[in-house]
This record gives sequence, structure tokens and C-alpha cells, in this order.
Amino acid sequence: MSVLLGLYSTVSIVAGIVFFVAGTVGLLRFPDSLTRLHALTKADNLGLGLIVLGLLPYSGSLGAALKLVVIWALVQFAGATVAQMIGALAAGEHPQSTGRRRR
Amino acid sequence: MGLILDGGIALLTIGIAAWTIRAADDFAAVVGFVAYGLILTLAWTRLGAYDVALTEAAIGGGATGVILMRAGARVKPAPAARASKRARILVGALSAAVAAGLAAIVLLPPEPAPSLALEVREHLASTGLGNPIGGVLMAYRAADTFLETVVVLLALFGVWSLGRDAHWGGRPGPAPRAGEGGALPLFARVLVPAGIVIGIYIVWVGADAPGGKFQGATILAAMAILAGMAGLVEAPATSGRRLRWLLSAGPIVFVGIGLAGIPLAGAFLAYPPGFEKPLILVIEVALTVSLAAMLALIVAGPPERAK
Repeated sequence: MSVLLGLYSTVSIVAGIVFFVAGTVGLLRFPDSLTRLHALTKADNLGLGLIVLGLLPYSGSLGAALKLVVIWALVQFAGATVAQMIGALAAGEHPQSTGRRRR
Repeated sequence: MGLILDGGIALLTIGIAAWTIRAADDFAAVVGFVAYGLILTLAWTRLGAYDVALTEAAIGGGATGVILMRAGARVKPAPAARASKRARILVGALSAAVAAGLAAIVLLPPEPAPSLALEVREHLASTGLGNPIGGVLMAYRAADTFLETVVVLLALFGVWSLGRDAHWGGRPGPAPRAGEGGALPLFARVLVPAGIVIGIYIVWVGADAPGGKFQGATILAAMAILAGMAGLVEAPATSGRRLRWLLSAGPIVFVGIGLAGIPLAGAFLAYPPGFEKPLILVIEVALTVSLAAMLALIVAGPPERAK
């Protein structure tokens, strides 16, 4: 059982790291803001999600496991919001312009 | 395995620091500074100093990063003045001397190393606190903690004084434009209540576990800033009487209890026996409220509109 759990964690975390590496490579290599944003959000969503899934068996208690999931959900929510704002800015909509910056 | 991780963190710290110094413009330098703060957080975590790690993440990387970014956006972009070669060599040499001196202090401590740890562990029970760091900050280094909060208040006055005379006492930042959609208002509506709970929890848990007023106040200030950015609340006029009471409540309560300690406990900032825990709690709550207001207003910037 513990061998299976270990295997499951290893696979999840390695898969998560792959997404982070791919997201970073995309962030560095992609040509414009929107595609870079696409790469970045994959690292946030899937990369962190898979790492959290892999860590769950080792969190020790239900409370700690729940906290890990909540952290992932909060990062998702923040990432999605920021991605919307950067995306709108990149597309030239400026929905959240603070008035200081004029185009 | 641990060695690889620690070595990697150390290399990253130095690498990001060098990159931040070499950064081409203000924005890149601030981004580097924030990343540097997060790497330092990891380093403190590896050292087991969770209180310091929390503070570094909240104040070193987070709040200071935001303040620097706002400051960078305010000043007009100017070509970086390149100091003469002699000045740069001098600055480099002085910096290296300071770094070497600090390294010598850390690496070659006198035997036994000066530390309050044992004493604090012995007397911690009398403060009613379970977190030795909280005990040091509130009992052994209360004067330092008091001055730290006053420094933040002075920094806020400095920020306010950057505004124009006509705007003195007015509201900071541009007026929020109501009715704008987008993802931020929804995000703020959902996150701010949760963030307020987390901020209060971090303050409360600071008595027995890593956490405390500075870290909690930073989270509360971040929630206020988020609500302001989303246009849900408007920045208060900086001349408001209630606001000024809010800002000064923490230092006033702290210095009041500290002065009361002279007749009651025999020294400035000493707590009468038996009342340590409730008094520390009162100070912590008042300081949290004031610090959160100070940090949020420092980020909000100097007044830019008339009352």
C-alpha cells in the first residue's frame, strides 16, 4: 500500500514539475503576451494541482490536506483573475486602467 | 539531497541579487527584488525560522515590492545615472567590507554566542505566550517593537508629504471608476472576507505558533488594497479624524501601557505580574489595526485629490 502511495506521489509530483518546466520554457520562448500567459497559467493550474495531489498522502492530517487544497484553489482563483487582467491589457481593452497610465 | 536543495537556494539568492542590481529598469529591478524576497523566504524556511520566513514573504517581498513598484511608477523614467568608475569601486569595496564584517559576526561568534534563547525559554511561561519569538518581541524587545511601528507611521507621513499642498488631507490615488466589469471586483468580493479571516488568524496564532501582528497586518492591508483596486471601497481622506485615531491607536496604547508599567511594574514597558497575557493581547490587537491601516495607506500613496 505504502509502495503504491509512494509511486502515486512520485508520478504526480514529477508530472507537476514537468508542467512547471514547460510553463517556464513557454514563458521564456513564446512570442507575445497572450501565448506567454497561456504557458504560465498551465504551470499554475496543472503543475501546482498535481504537486498538491502528490503531497496529499503525506500531509499527515485531514486539516493539513484541506489547507493544501485550499492553497491550490486560492492560487487558481488569483491566477485566473490576473490572467484575465493581463489578457485584457494585452488585447488593448484596459478594463482596469488606473487612470494614471494613458495609451 | 538537503545539501543540493540548500546549495541551490543559496546560489539562486546570490544570482537573483546580482540580477536585480544589474536590471535595466525600475520595474525589472522590483520584480527581481520580489523574487529575491521569495527565495529568502525559502531559505528561512530551510533554517527553521518560520516567523522570519513569514515576515520576509509578507513584508520583505510582498509589501515592500508593491511600495517600490508604486514608487517606480510615480517617478518619471530617467536614464540611469552611471557613477564614475572610482565611485563604483569605492561603493563595492565598502559593501564588501560590510558583508565581510557581518559574515565574521555570524561565522565567528564569541563563545558562548550571545543569545536570549535560554532565558526566554525559562521565563516564557510568565508572559503567557507559547511562541518564544512573540515572547522576545513583546517582553524582551518591547521597545524595539514599539519603535518599529512608529517608524512605519513616520514612513506614512513621509509618503503623505510627497503630495501637493492643495491636496493635503485629501484622498490618495485617482478616483475609482464605478461600473467597470472585469474579473477583479469578483475576485475581491470572494477573497477579501477570506483574507480578513486569515489575517486575524495569523495575528491570533502568533501567541503560540509562527505568526504575529506584522504578518497579519500585512495580509489585512493587502485585503484593503485589493478592495480599493477593485473599486469596492474608496481610499479615505487622509485628514479624517477617525482614520488618524486608527493610525495612532496602536502606538498610543503601546506607549500608554508602557508608561503605566513604570509605577505598576517598575520599568518602562514592563508588564505588572499576572496581567502579561491580556496586556500583550490588547497591544497586539491595537498595533495590528494601526499597522494594517499604515501599510495600506503607504501603498495607496500621497493624497492626489482634494477632500
